[in-house]
Amino acid sequence: MSPLLAVLSQDLRLAYRRRGEMTTPLMFFILVTMLFPLGLSPQPELLRTIAPGVLWVAALLAALISQQSLFKSDFDDGTLEQWLLIPAPLELLALARVASHWFVSGLPLVVLSPLMGILMNYPEAAMAEMALSLLFGTAILSLLGAVGAALTVGLRQSGVLLPILVLPLAIPVLIFGAQAAAQAARGEDPSGALYLLAALLVLGITLVPFAIAAAIRVSMES
Amino acid sequence: MDKHSWAWFHRFASPPYLYKVAGLLSPWFMWAAILLIAAGLYGGLWSSPPDYQQGDGFRIIYIHVPSAYLSMMCYSIVAIASAVGLIWRLKLAHAVAVAAAPLGASFTFLALITGSLWGKPMWGTFWVWDARLTSELILLFLYFGFIALNRAYEDRRSGDRAGAVLALVGVVNLPIIHYSVVWWNSLHQGSTKFFGNDAEIAASMLVPLLLMIFGFTCFFFACLLKRVQAEVLERERNAAWTAEVV
Repeated sequence: MSPLLAVLSQDLRLAYRRRGEMTTPLMFFILVTMLFPLGLSPQPELLRTIAPGVLWVAALLAALISQQSLFKSDFDDGTLEQWLLIPAPLELLALARVASHWFVSGLPLVVLSPLMGILMNYPEAAMAEMALSLLFGTAILSLLGAVGAALTVGLRQSGVLLPILVLPLAIPVLIFGAQAAAQAARGEDPSGALYLLAALLVLGITLVPFAIAAAIRVSMES
Repeated sequence: MDKHSWAWFHRFASPPYLYKVAGLLSPWFMWAAILLIAAGLYGGLWSSPPDYQQGDGFRIIYIHVPSAYLSMMCYSIVAIASAVGLIWRLKLAHAVAVAAAPLGASFTFLALITGSLWGKPMWGTFWVWDARLTSELILLFLYFGFIALNRAYEDRRSGDRAGAVLALVGVVNLPIIHYSVVWWNSLHQGSTKFFGNDAEIAASMLVPLLLMIFGFTCFFFACLLKRVQAEVLERERNAAWTAEVV
């Protein structure tokens, strides 16, 4: 079995056996979204205007929460060391880990997002475009977060450091994603922003695994 | 190619040599900076006329533009030094990156402060979510991330390498961040054309501005070399040669 599939199937099996953990970022996503109507005002027009931004910021924060544990247990029990030793490219293993992480944390968020869209009075006709923007966006966030998680995995204060490292890098994703969702909500064509997101995703899949691998090597050396 | 042609480069990998060269160059840069900035300030504050639209308020560009330019140049220095450190495992390159980052953060901060002070009379508000202001703010946080990560490691070599990976990810991302923010919102005036027949800036303003840009750059390098010296000393505190120079 190829190392990519091995990591993927092992990760997914582990995630299935610890199903409870999967729901934590989702609950976080729902709660953060809920705070905005409570904090601002429940007027339907206001909610409709802020919905794209709120959903996207909530998704960004939820992705960040779930990324903390991306390499943690493998670092603690020595699996990462084995990753360095086995005759398979570390970049590929890292990509497999990102893919499985996105599958158990990003994808459920995308599936849940139309529901949160309804709570935020987001127009139903634009739901598919919003979910599509989150589909691309959460995948890019998983990639970027993996760099931060790999750089901070051996550190005691990794919890606070990770957002500081990842959030500035995630800004283009937020801009294009929220723009696509907002354009779709206004009945405009969001394809420009969606194409840009897709381009970022392709760029990320191509380049980011190298950065993750370099980061894992740095963390294992210390 | 002659295998000795890179010898000058490898000599910089020796801490005492780098320490010595930095110590020799730093005062020269400092004197050049003092002269250029003095001339630039005279030209900028006394001999050039007030702007026909902005009055005397425009004069803050003599600080703002050099700071903004240095904030970006310094990030490229951090990134290049990081790449050199990662690729050739040159430990002193990391020392340069670590020494440069707080300087870059300071110039970014200065550019933001002067920009918002200028914005109050011109735009009527200290802060607008304009593209260039926002990019500068994000750049400030990229610097903070680099510094925080570098310091979070107890082992200095790991901290150096971790920061270097982050700096390289950041430098690839920087143009994407910049253009995403530009397309998002832009209120800042477009780039001014400085040279040629259709130049948009008067010579009486351009000359002091160029003097200030060169002066700030010299000041930056004077500070950078001093900081590199301090960084090298701290890293080599157990080596025999440091006892001789201090």
